[in-house]
Amino acid sequence: MTSPKTQIALLRRRNREVPDNRPQATLSEVFAVTPADAAATGFALAHLRGVRGPVLWVQDHLSRREAGMPYPAGLPFDLGLMHLDVARPVDALWAMEEALGCPALGGIIGEVWGAPQVLDFTASKRLAIRAEAHGVPLWLIRRAASPDLSAARERWRVASLPSWQNEDDSRAPGQPVWRADLFRARWRQPGSWVARLDPARGLIMDHGSEGAASESPVASPVSSPVASPVLVRHG
Amino acid sequence: MAERARRITALWLPRFAIERWLVLAARRGEDVPPEVALALARPGTHGPVIHATTRAAELAGVQAGARAVDMRALCPVLRLEPADTEADSLALERLMLWLRRFCPWTAVDGAGGVILDTTGSDHLWGGEAAMLVEIETALSHLGLSAGLAIAPTPAAARALARFGGVRAISGADQIEAQIAPLPVAALGLGADTVLLLQRLGLKTIGDLAAVPRLSLARRFNRTPAAENPLIALDRMTGRLPTPLDAPADPPRYLARTRLADPVQDPTPWIPALCEDLCAALTHDGMGARRITLTLYRTDGEIAAASVATARASRDAAHLARLFEGRLDRLDPGFGFDLITLVGDVTEALAVRQRRLDGAADDAEDLARLTDRLRARLGPRALTAPAPRPSHIPERAVTWAGHAAPLPASAPPVPRPLRMLDHPEELRVLYAVPEGPPAQFVWRRRPHRVVRFAGPERIAPEWWADKPGTRLRDYYRVEDHEGHRFWIYRDGVLGDGRGQEPRWFLQGLFV
Repeated sequence: MTSPKTQIALLRRRNREVPDNRPQATLSEVFAVTPADAAATGFALAHLRGVRGPVLWVQDHLSRREAGMPYPAGLPFDLGLMHLDVARPVDALWAMEEALGCPALGGIIGEVWGAPQVLDFTASKRLAIRAEAHGVPLWLIRRAASPDLSAARERWRVASLPSWQNEDDSRAPGQPVWRADLFRARWRQPGSWVARLDPARGLIMDHGSEGAASESPVASPVSSPVASPVLVRHG
Repeated sequence: MAERARRITALWLPRFAIERWLVLAARRGEDVPPEVALALARPGTHGPVIHATTRAAELAGVQAGARAVDMRALCPVLRLEPADTEADSLALERLMLWLRRFCPWTAVDGAGGVILDTTGSDHLWGGEAAMLVEIETALSHLGLSAGLAIAPTPAAARALARFGGVRAISGADQIEAQIAPLPVAALGLGADTVLLLQRLGLKTIGDLAAVPRLSLARRFNRTPAAENPLIALDRMTGRLPTPLDAPADPPRYLARTRLADPVQDPTPWIPALCEDLCAALTHDGMGARRITLTLYRTDGEIAAASVATARASRDAAHLARLFEGRLDRLDPGFGFDLITLVGDVTEALAVRQRRLDGAADDAEDLARLTDRLRARLGPRALTAPAPRPSHIPERAVTWAGHAAPLPASAPPVPRPLRMLDHPEELRVLYAVPEGPPAQFVWRRRPHRVVRFAGPERIAPEWWADKPGTRLRDYYRVEDHEGHRFWIYRDGVLGDGRGQEPRWFLQGLFV
């Protein structure tokens, strides 16, 4: 690459001036294994911990009816929230694309139900390039959809796992854990992790055995709370 | 009675056209002495006709409405000037708006008449009589002579101003006595009806009122409402309401484009219109909060679209973008030939310096995004959560159009990340009397409860809920696949409020 031709190219180059040639913000997709499972929401939200500006939450009508609305009292951390309720997937895509051009936003969470015609490879590529150009992360939550062709830089499949042992009450659910399956990624190796949101340290992903109620979060060798999750490869 | 409380002031400017001409002549430096017979002429079918006369000309026998050549034969020294009726009506509208210094509600009433609703505003001038003197003095400073009257109904005030005494004031109980001596022409009917009434021997309104209502109604039952003397009489006495329409203030910021030929698509003209509007706004240091685009169609209809901004703006490019996607829904009919863009709501907007490092202003960027999303998707699509003091979970938050600070502290009890719009009923397969169900079916899938926490009892709010609303016992449950739900039992067995309690699922935990 010689010299940036367009403003977008300029912005992309500036954005990529981080090690590993990776933009700070991009388009990521999270597929919920079960439609009515808040694990995908929690996983996407965990990546937006500590962002500067408010988060725009775009939902199409079907997602809202099937999986409900975000509930501010249940947010795991303080977050400025704006909610956009749209009727059609095409409106959701337009709104996300429009909002990606606003660097004052801390991030966008989009929910599109199923696999509408408008959400094709071109549409996802537009979203990805725009997110990288303006430095606004976009997490697209997909439900009842098969992972077809998409330009999303990271594609996750997230499901709930049985929660950890609750120290105060053995019968009660403990800290929630999820199985996060990165099945397609542009800048790193795909893999499978057990993820959890630690209130103090942010998103932690390791290779704990499923339902590892005995493992303590302190015993985990990773301990840096960063916006992008820490990945540990065992063996 | 509300009708009784109304006080209407009527103004009658019998020589408005000629007095306006005299004022303009004096402004030009031409002095017209009062004894000069002067008349204004407007074009008629058979040559010019007299439009308005001075008092000197009237004494010489010149009548308005007569042909100018006849009047010149009658009065050879008559000086004729062309009348400008359009400018007269525009000047009358300006005078009507100027008269809002006396009361907030004024309307033009025919040629040379103005109606003021002075209900409750007379005390500012020291009573009704003093207010009339004040208005008359103010008008005489403008060089206008006027007849004034106050009455409870517009029709009576109009009649008294034209035919009654000097500065007549009529109370609600004296209205019939005061209008009785006025001629029937004061009813405001057409010349044919007035002639008919005079031939019937009814010279005054008192004569008309003395006739039994039934006879009048029978005699004029085929007459249209505008010409019916009984209806006119009832409007005057207040038996029938008189609808009147006061025009709104003219817009201060308006940009318009006239098109030579009717077109179907207004899009190419929007940027230029926005720039014109923003130039005017910049000149005054104002910003628009709401602007309306109006298309004047060739078939006599109008189509309009409004957009609003979250904070005052005079950025032409931003305002133009707000109309994207809105113009498809406007029906252009057979095309339109006039486009106007009006700044309906404007606010003072000081010039602000952008940050020196060129970084964007976060609040302004967010406001622009808000505008665009709302303009395209509707004003209610974009919301922000606002807390409400309530224990009922679905009432503890409202989604309002503006952002409100949420309490920073985390709630003492866990709450789900997602809430369903409406709680969904569960089919419970196996339940113990106290405690959560061991297994339930939700959306046709069975869920076996492995772990649970609760109950958390939330009582209904007696001040907001219907009587008979049952308390809720909330449980956090986790099923065998690890899904965590928030379910509740509506009531307890034996609380005397209905049948066996039902189970609902309301939220999803992460």
